[in-house]
Amino acid sequence: MQMKRWRNVWRFLPLLSVIALALTGCGNEQLTAMLPKGEGAEMQFNLMMLSLYIMIGVFVVVALIYTVVLVRFRRRGESDNEIPEQTEGNVVLEILWTVVPIILLLILAVPTVMTTFALDEGTEKVPKDATVIKVTAHQYWWEFEYPDLEVKTSQDLHIPTGERVYFELVSKDVTHSFWVPTLGGKMDTNTATENKMWLNAQEPGTYYGKCAELCGPSHALMDFKVIAQEKEDFEAWAKSMKEAGSQAASDQAAQGEEIFANSCIGCHAVGSEGGNTGPNLTNFGDRERVAGVLDHTDKNIKNWISNPSEFKPGNNMPAFGDQLNDEELDALVVYLQGLKVEE
Amino acid sequence: MSAHAYKKKNPVWDWLTTVDHKKIGILYLASGAFFFLIGGLEAILLRVQLLYPEFDFVGAETFNQLLTMHGTTMIFLAAMPLIFGFMNAIVPLQIGARDVAFPFVNSLGFWLFTAGGILLNLGWFLGGAPDAGWTGYAPLSTTSPGNGVDFYVLGLQISGIGTLIGGINFLVTIINMRAPGMTFMRMPLFTWSSFITSGLILFAFPALTIGLALLMFDRLFGSQFFAAEAGGNPIIYEHLFWIFGHPEVYILVLPAFGMFSEIIATFARKRLFGYSAMVFATALIGFLGFMVWVHHMFTVGLGPIANSIFAVATMLIAVPTGVKIFNWLFTMWGGKVSFPTANLFAVGFIPSFVLGGMTGVMLSVPPADYQYHDSYFVVAHFHYVIVGGVVFGLFAGMYYWWPKIFGTVLNEFLGKLHFWLFFIGFHLTFFPMHFLGLMGMPRRVYTYLSGQSLDEANFAATMGAFLMGLATIIMVWNIIQTSVKGKKAGNDPWDGRTLEWAISSPAPEYNFAQTPLVRGLDAWWLEKRAGNTQMVAAEPLDDIHMPDSSILPVLLSLGLFTAALSAIYSNWVLAIGGLALAALSMILRSVIDYHGYHIHKEDLPAEGREDK
Repeated sequence: MQMKRWRNVWRFLPLLSVIALALTGCGNEQLTAMLPKGEGAEMQFNLMMLSLYIMIGVFVVVALIYTVVLVRFRRRGESDNEIPEQTEGNVVLEILWTVVPIILLLILAVPTVMTTFALDEGTEKVPKDATVIKVTAHQYWWEFEYPDLEVKTSQDLHIPTGERVYFELVSKDVTHSFWVPTLGGKMDTNTATENKMWLNAQEPGTYYGKCAELCGPSHALMDFKVIAQEKEDFEAWAKSMKEAGSQAASDQAAQGEEIFANSCIGCHAVGSEGGNTGPNLTNFGDRERVAGVLDHTDKNIKNWISNPSEFKPGNNMPAFGDQLNDEELDALVVYLQGLKVEE
Repeated sequence: MSAHAYKKKNPVWDWLTTVDHKKIGILYLASGAFFFLIGGLEAILLRVQLLYPEFDFVGAETFNQLLTMHGTTMIFLAAMPLIFGFMNAIVPLQIGARDVAFPFVNSLGFWLFTAGGILLNLGWFLGGAPDAGWTGYAPLSTTSPGNGVDFYVLGLQISGIGTLIGGINFLVTIINMRAPGMTFMRMPLFTWSSFITSGLILFAFPALTIGLALLMFDRLFGSQFFAAEAGGNPIIYEHLFWIFGHPEVYILVLPAFGMFSEIIATFARKRLFGYSAMVFATALIGFLGFMVWVHHMFTVGLGPIANSIFAVATMLIAVPTGVKIFNWLFTMWGGKVSFPTANLFAVGFIPSFVLGGMTGVMLSVPPADYQYHDSYFVVAHFHYVIVGGVVFGLFAGMYYWWPKIFGTVLNEFLGKLHFWLFFIGFHLTFFPMHFLGLMGMPRRVYTYLSGQSLDEANFAATMGAFLMGLATIIMVWNIIQTSVKGKKAGNDPWDGRTLEWAISSPAPEYNFAQTPLVRGLDAWWLEKRAGNTQMVAAEPLDDIHMPDSSILPVLLSLGLFTAALSAIYSNWVLAIGGLALAALSMILRSVIDYHGYHIHKEDLPAEGREDK
């Protein structure tokens, strides 16, 4: 009876792993770290696999001994009263299972240290023609500034592909952490010190970014997008961003622009005009998400402006539901949707 | 005062004033179990919120309070007191002592812990619990609105003092109170690991004390230690927290390792394989535990040199831990292994903890950690270590030592049901979390968007949590049933090896009528094999001197509790009143002479004697 039960455990453990894998696969290809699309993510993934293989080797040895012990050395019922030999230990074995793990760890430690330094390469002395982006984290949104290109944006991070893009990371309020799993590992954004890292997207695409450090109620909703483009597309984007400014294509949009100038511009900038306590909205119409998480629809924009904390608890934007009527909100939405730099 | 022992005591007063290590052990176990249930309930609520993407069950603010309190409660208010409970109940018996070195300090440690634990949980009823994570990172903790984090800062500070003095007490006890012949290298592994854990407490807790004190100044008195705009730096807090926080992991897991060493040897009916290697491995883990804290901070931006050094130091810990695993396996090798519930948990621990150790080595690689850090991979890892190691150990210890502590045996059928449901639920909850993390799910998120392939694994994890909840309900039912009408236990129900099994169950107030003479490792097993039915006495039968009970620990703790609670609401008069009560208790303790009392040898029951 007991024997059977123990055999079941051994059927159960690998089954569990298979179920877990089958359930999950490798995840969403814009988000997962298991299908790396960046130079950094690939270096990190290779180390993950190396350490995993070594560890699976160790696990197999442990599992073998464990199975033999549980099968062979059971007490057969209450009547089995034989006293086993009281072995003190075995020096050779002790040395063996001290030295072998040390060798295994050396095999892991060498590439570990090399990669740790390789990932930091160039951050102190950024190559001359590299794109540098200053990332400022806020509760609960991301500000991206391209000092050399004189461009500021938020939420959607545009980068050129095929080269290392260098980041300077800081935070305005509490500690956040900047993470684009598919392109590379994370780096904290601290309030008192600036951190540096690079990412290198190998192919164009949209990748999901997350805040990885608990930063308040809406920590879960502090998402952003990385839009990796071919170099020339990126340069075209940057150029139109630099030239972009407030523009209204219709009467309704003009009304919206006026409302924006009265109510929003203190915190939100379009082009170079406006405050920077809230996200820059120069290319708001191009974005895939409202506030990083909501689907980009007119209705969601309206709802967001009316009561932001319903969608992102604890965020700093005041609610405008009481100050703006329906018509004004509609106009504002039309204006905001018109803020585009891409076709 | 000497007539004291014969007075009929009021049970409530008796439990409030007791300085008996066995009763204090039971108090620790009871309050630890209570907080364990609270922490478990919080975990279930967290998992329900994450059942479906964009699910609305408790909401963002409450979720952050729940995740903070789940972590804080489980570490400080459940695991720590449960471990102290076993240390109190068992260590003096294992070394052949009549009590701990400082019975009064022991009682004070318990009541300070309780006062801190209650204060910490008061936030739930007074406008919101702490919400900055169990790590309490500044500036999130210093800028968190409301009083929630104040309860965290002051509650942990008070219970931390209790833990610190408890640790000092056990250091002194184990160094000074061992029975004749109980040399260091004859001590049972649970006593050894309790000794090393107490040393870790002594060196680790002061760092937490300082971190919390700085937080307190920032929050209550307007200082700016962690405010960057005023020249402060929150990374200092992160260092202080983890200089404490990493050894804390070993403070929790080493005693569990000690329990497994006792339980595996007992149920294999074999001497522990490689005893001295096990002792040195334990000491080495404790020592290295202080040199690896930066692996919690690889993404803080300390640079490749710091990260590499701490990475290699972290990998080294795998070596002594592996030594322990192999020695446990070889203790069973060639043995006659039986599987009552206690040993099921010990044997179930081995593969579970090895998985946690594997991910531990994987996490020690900084470049890979840049991906794992603060993701669900880390959540999976530390639950494999803390549940697979510490909680399995506490359960194993509970089924193993219950007879010695309470004199009854827990129901084995319910026990096995508890084990299997918990074991399956545990793996179902935490195994998928490895993949969640690798698939890009950060930890401490109150929700996740649909369409990110995170739905199925989260659903599975919640189902596993329900199974663990069910297992815990069965355990509680078992405890209740056993307390009401449990089967009486013999003195030595498991054919034990160490001294605690040589005396009656539960142990008498004075533990040993005559201090035993220890003639080797596994002292009691040796005597049994030599055909003896009791230990050889090391002293003639005499009157036994016992310590006086005292209400002062309760009053002192109440004073600090009042002071802290009043300080949170800036009621400084009451706060000073509370401090005055604490000071008065200390003064009274210093000026009153405590003579203790004697249990006369004529009053000792006949079976405890060995007349020469």
